[in-house]
Amino acid sequence: MEDTTTAPVRQRVTLRVDGGERALEADTRTSLLDVLRDGLGVTSPKKGCDHGQCGACTVLLDGRRQLSCLTLAVAADGGEVTTAAGLVREGRLHPVQQALLDADGLQCGYCTPGQVCSAVGVLAEAAAGHPSHVTADLDADVVLDEAEVSERMSGNLCRCGAYVGITDAVLRAARDGEGSRP
Amino acid sequence: MRPFTYVRAQDAAGAVAAVAGDRDAGFLGAGTNLVDHLKLDVERPGTLVDVSRLPFDRVEDLDGGGLRIGAALRNSDLAADPRVRHDYPVLAQSLLAGATGQLRNMATTAGNLLQRTRCVYFRDVTTPCGKRDPGSGCSAIGGYTRYHAILGTSPSCIATHPSDMAVGMAVLDPVVVVLGPQGERRIPFAQLHRLPGDEPERDTVLEHGDLITHVEVPSYPAARNSLYRKVRDRASYAFALVSVAAVLEVEDGLVTDVRLAFGGVAHRPWRASAAEEFLRGRPATEESFRTAADAELATAEPQPGNAFKLPMLRGAVVAALRDLTNAATTGAGR
Repeated sequence: MEDTTTAPVRQRVTLRVDGGERALEADTRTSLLDVLRDGLGVTSPKKGCDHGQCGACTVLLDGRRQLSCLTLAVAADGGEVTTAAGLVREGRLHPVQQALLDADGLQCGYCTPGQVCSAVGVLAEAAAGHPSHVTADLDADVVLDEAEVSERMSGNLCRCGAYVGITDAVLRAARDGEGSRP
Repeated sequence: MRPFTYVRAQDAAGAVAAVAGDRDAGFLGAGTNLVDHLKLDVERPGTLVDVSRLPFDRVEDLDGGGLRIGAALRNSDLAADPRVRHDYPVLAQSLLAGATGQLRNMATTAGNLLQRTRCVYFRDVTTPCGKRDPGSGCSAIGGYTRYHAILGTSPSCIATHPSDMAVGMAVLDPVVVVLGPQGERRIPFAQLHRLPGDEPERDTVLEHGDLITHVEVPSYPAARNSLYRKVRDRASYAFALVSVAAVLEVEDGLVTDVRLAFGGVAHRPWRASAAEEFLRGRPATEESFRTAADAELATAEPQPGNAFKLPMLRGAVVAALRDLTNAATTGAGR
């Protein structure tokens, strides 16, 4: 392999995070997740696997659920990030968050912020008519049921195994019209 | 991770020039595969040219039918496009069978085509791998081979191409539009991905600095009766052990048109030409489908750890074509 003794490169990154503008200098190698947590102190998104396999780092980036661990912070420059913490409005939990409490959709809670952001994305995607792997008729409207929610949430692991409650919570939030709001 | 310079491309020609002129530079799309490889030290670029925001993010109608798919379009948007869902269900289904909602929201058309193998030895820099480190041999042969190839292998490499979407595309005979330092080229999809031979480090025929800008899928009405069937170790979010993309047209009980491609079994999406040739004009029966699968698998060279893929693939072919025969008979595929 070639010589790799190159000096770190730092670059300015500006983001809108949970409604506020934030800027910092970051090493180009830094993930969006590390910039949020270590650079800006936004600790709602969690580091699980750091390889895009567990979903704990899921945030809404420019309105869509994405993995902050596989996103370079410099590539997200200028973007709008919403974390689970940023979904709270005027002290009131987001309908997805409330549903997770009501349906007992968590135990230790480490994966929960990622589950919340992913669920908000799922509801928005379903409302926009996006089909999934288990959608039988690709031309028909999407109707969320247990199988649909399980498939659509498969990118968020829960090592406590709270899946039954999580699925129930997403379906409850789907019945609440506001579940897909960012 | 090696430090690198990040540049956001302003236009395609500038991006091509920037990468073509620097052996140490590479393109960055969404990064779902590349950023993982940076962390693993599998990829060590000195410069990344971000092409994810170039204006190739749409599906356009082609004159005379067919679709022009932008290279930077996200997989979830392609799968959700009503034209793709209605006219090319095999493509929508193959996209939706891959990865997760978060990853499909990020991953791009070109990035999906150019993703690297998930061979564990390729991803582990402590083991020899001729794909990662040319000439260093293959650790998979004689090793853990559950996810490895059975068709088109070489003594240098038994890695599989991991994409589902590429298998769905393979039966649609698209054209891959590439911008290189010398201008634009049009590469038939079947010629994009390579077999390993003695150059396993080359996944595709693309040269350094070549940028995929579009994939053009021609009009193909038969594809309305098509599907993608994926067999994997769990119900969701797992790479294919085997997969089958199929298009079938049946008239009076006979196969009038058929296209088949396999995933999870070769270094590239495997177009099953021998099976197609056998089936044309034959009765659309399970016996024909099984014989066709056997014709394609005649050249298979499985490893001890993946010989199960032969009966698994045969079963998947039969099931896929049986479902399409039923759909053609009942008109459900129109």
